[in-house]
Amino acid sequence: MPELVEFTVDGVTCRAAPGTSLAAAMLDAGVTAFRRSRTGEPRGPVCGMGICFECRVAIDGIAHRRACLEPVRAGMTVRTGE
Amino acid sequence: MSRPDAIVVGGGIVGAACARELAMAGLGVTLVEAEFVGGGATAAGMGHIVVMDDSPPQFGLTALSRALLDELAPALPAAVERDRCGTLWVAEDEDQLVAARLKAAAYGDAKVEASVVDGAELPRLEPGLRPGLAGGLLVPGDGVVYPPALARWLAEDARRLGAAIREGEPVTALDGRSVMTARGRIDAALVVNAAGAAAPILTHGLPIVPRRGHLVITDRHPGFCRHQVLELGYLKSAHSSTGASVAFNVQPRMTGQVLIGSSRELVGWNRTPNRALLGRMLRRAADFMPALAGLSAIRSWIGFRPATPDNLPLIGPSSRIDGLWIAAGHEGLGITTALGTARLLGDLILGRAPSLDPVPFTPDRSGEPAAAVHA
Amino acid sequence: MSDASVLETDVAIVGAGPAGIAAAVAARAEGARTLLLDSAPRPGGQIWRHRDPAQLPASGRRWIERLSGSGAEWIHSANAIDLPAPGVLIAEREGRAFTIRWRSLVIATGATERLLPFPGWTLPNVFGVGGLQALLKAGASVAARRVIVAGSGPLLLPVASSLAAAGATIRLVAEQAPALRVYRFAGALWSDPVRLAQAARYRAGFRRARYRCGTWIVRVDPVGSALSVTLTDGRRIWTDRTDLVAVGYGLVPDVRLARLAGCSIASGCVAVDRSQRTSVPSVFCAGEPTGIAGADSAVAQGRLAGAAAAGARRTGGAASRARRFAARLDRAFALRPDLRALPDPATIVCRCEDVSLGEIGEGWSARQIKLYTRAGMGPCQGRVCQPALEFLRRTGADAVRLPLFPAPVGLLADHANRDEGDS
Ligand SMILES: Cc1cc2nc3c(=O)[nH]c(=O)nc-3n(C[C@H](O)[C@H](O)[C@H](O)COP(=O)(O)OP(=O)(O)OC[C@H]3O[C@@H](n4cnc5c(N)ncnc54)[C@H](O)[C@@H]3O)c2cc1C
Ligand SMILES: Cc1cc2nc3c(=O)[nH]c(=O)nc-3n(C[C@H](O)[C@H](O)[C@H](O)COP(=O)(O)OP(=O)(O)OC[C@H]3O[C@@H](n4cnc5c(N)ncnc54)[C@H](O)[C@@H]3O)c2cc1C
Repeated sequence: MPELVEFTVDGVTCRAAPGTSLAAAMLDAGVTAFRRSRTGEPRGPVCGMGICFECRVAIDGIAHRRACLEPVRAGMTVRTGE
Repeated sequence: MSRPDAIVVGGGIVGAACARELAMAGLGVTLVEAEFVGGGATAAGMGHIVVMDDSPPQFGLTALSRALLDELAPALPAAVERDRCGTLWVAEDEDQLVAARLKAAAYGDAKVEASVVDGAELPRLEPGLRPGLAGGLLVPGDGVVYPPALARWLAEDARRLGAAIREGEPVTALDGRSVMTARGRIDAALVVNAAGAAAPILTHGLPIVPRRGHLVITDRHPGFCRHQVLELGYLKSAHSSTGASVAFNVQPRMTGQVLIGSSRELVGWNRTPNRALLGRMLRRAADFMPALAGLSAIRSWIGFRPATPDNLPLIGPSSRIDGLWIAAGHEGLGITTALGTARLLGDLILGRAPSLDPVPFTPDRSGEPAAAVHA
Repeated sequence: MSDASVLETDVAIVGAGPAGIAAAVAARAEGARTLLLDSAPRPGGQIWRHRDPAQLPASGRRWIERLSGSGAEWIHSANAIDLPAPGVLIAEREGRAFTIRWRSLVIATGATERLLPFPGWTLPNVFGVGGLQALLKAGASVAARRVIVAGSGPLLLPVASSLAAAGATIRLVAEQAPALRVYRFAGALWSDPVRLAQAARYRAGFRRARYRCGTWIVRVDPVGSALSVTLTDGRRIWTDRTDLVAVGYGLVPDVRLARLAGCSIASGCVAVDRSQRTSVPSVFCAGEPTGIAGADSAVAQGRLAGAAAAGARRTGGAASRARRFAARLDRAFALRPDLRALPDPATIVCRCEDVSLGEIGEGWSARQIKLYTRAGMGPCQGRVCQPALEFLRRTGADAVRLPLFPAPVGLLADHANRDEGDS
């Protein structure tokens, strides 16, 4: 078993196997609402391939990153709900 | 269908406003639009509602128009996205700040609220501006709308007042008493050519050419800027009649997006984006607001301003064709000036005392076709 | 910008799925300098992208090995955003632009999933079918989760099967197309033993679950952290509990880059000849953009395209076979009109801008819908709502605008700068 990498989502520490996409890692950590829609609905990943833009989160302070296209990295700080 | 009193050709914001104005006065109006209301230059415009003092007639028309929009404001639906965010004109150096002071005085004379901002106050108004700018001019009564939605509302209001709105019906020919479309001929007592940059195709000799502009919109970055922010050098760009030019012009949308302009070039109806000019425009913007460079741009588009040689729209009767009226050629200000245009046109058609001196807007003032001017 | 941001190549390939990988290998075999790029962090596209390569089918593993041994330059996590001039491609990676100068371009951008609106389709834990599969391959765990797989097309079975293999409980696989058409289509697979064996294997993967044709999801409602799914077969309506829903209605060729290149498009697909040449000189296309025909066809087309792009005289029937297969697929899994009635006026159609169906007038064009309601104006730029509206309202495709994917303002400012210097 490879060593797990640690990252934080809204300040909460999570772990995932290296190579996991951030979207997959967040789902496994029990996060379902990645962002809030214009009218405030919770939204999460849909297409898993960078097309639908529903899994957008802020990564290390950069807004509107697609979590499905980012492999999880040690020390990543993720903010949801933007 | 009964014979209308007036036919308005073109359902851009100008045609929609004219149809509404004439319908309000009790005329039977038919508006004929080739595609759909608000889909032309109106759909591409930034939607800055701005009092412009580049010439006295323009000043009068923009100030009247802005006041008319203020009157309408309570009736407008949310989709119009009206935001009275104000305009902040930025001075790069002392010379421009002097110009700002002169402008402030002129606005004051015309009872339009405006105040000079010094270099120290600027970052409080717009923290994203680069340090070291000389100051600026704040015009708090200016604002922003979403142009296609405003045009649509104006057309819908005209419909409520009894006007017929005919979309998807290109006009193939017109004179002062009738228009021809693919579906046949419509007769009326008068015809208004409000076809924007296409107006000269229907009425030969009108001095209007398309002046192309690029815009870029970002993803939502709420709070990035609070005012429509322009450089005082904007007018230089707006008036350059030949070469391509860019100016810093940034707008906060109600959606939290940032709309970035602006460019001007004379390339006919060419729809291939000019990447070099687009790049220059964005670099100019990022020069004033460095953090813009980091925002996520989701789309760019182009639009064609209906430009006249003296930068004033053509509003009034054709001297050559009886019954034909012109309301076209609003260049980069038609979203602002549509309501004032419609009011003035209505005054002239109905014989009311004109709200503005109509002479500077007389359609035949140049006498020369545009080609001779812009060749 | 540094010179490292300009790359020179003979053959540039956009999209590293089966078509792009095969094209890269074939172009290298002809001795051409070859560069392959993809938005994703790993090669493989929708089918061969897996966090753990050991999980891949043998053919996929083989092709990925061939790619890494081919000497083609592989650039991951890069979005092709512009084709400013013939021979020039602009890509964005981690917020920075780079320019690729090419002699031939192969467009291998694949397909996107068609998602159709129904009440509840925007809830978290409701995914696309390809979507949930992609997340699974990217490492998401579905062990012990209940899943309903629904929608239409040949993707449903393999996805249900891989979910089951990963420990999910498949409650139901609901295919909207009637059984007769599906089985006739499957029957035609007798002529294609590889595909038939695949189908049998998929079916075995979730033997205890039901595969119901003529059945579709009507709505999904949240119940605590689970979902209540309402289904119908047109006569009966029932509900079922599940944790996850995967629902997708087939694939749509992604022709955006091809459109930007100016390639001629016929009924939604890029038109190509027997060498995968498009209508634009030196621009080739392979895989799903020419018609939805699966991985084997994508590989066959990719080999032709890569070789031809490298200058070899190579022709074949892969593209016309793909077109025929795509047509059969379209007939077998044609969407039933009932699906148009699923969204109610309050159902959101454009997920980026939260535009509901009731805001959209009958008979409006795609552009009119966009301008009046903002549908399609968000970051996905209509990638989700446009195919849905094509079905719901029979609208056409709207124009493609720059950039093809969102990119930092500063990047657009810079890449245009360089063009100016060049001209
Ligand atoms: C990039 C850009 C930014 C701008 N920013 C601003 C801004 O911030 N503030 C501002 O005030 N202004 C702005 N403008 C200017 C503004 O958009 C225009 O002045 C205004 O939209 C002109 O309106 P119009 O009704 O005359 O023309 P259009 O909106 O073009 O309307 C003309 C209509 O006539 C129709 N038509 C043409 N031919 C025919 C025919 N034969 N038969 C029937 N119908 C026909 C067309 O389909 C069209 O709908 C901007 C313009 C551009 C391009
Ligand atoms: C204030 C404001 C905010 C906006 N915000 C956003 C936003 O957040 N997101 C976003 O994506 N967009 C936004 N827009 C986008 C914008 O509305 C469109 O992209 C815009 O209408 C420009 O359209 P376009 O003509 O470039 O292209 P499109 O509207 O995409 O379409 C081009 C049209 O031109 C027609 N055409 C092509 N060739 C010819 C020809 N030779 N003659 C006649 N017609 C031709 C085509 O048929 C097509 O309908 C906003 C616009 C405004 C005004």
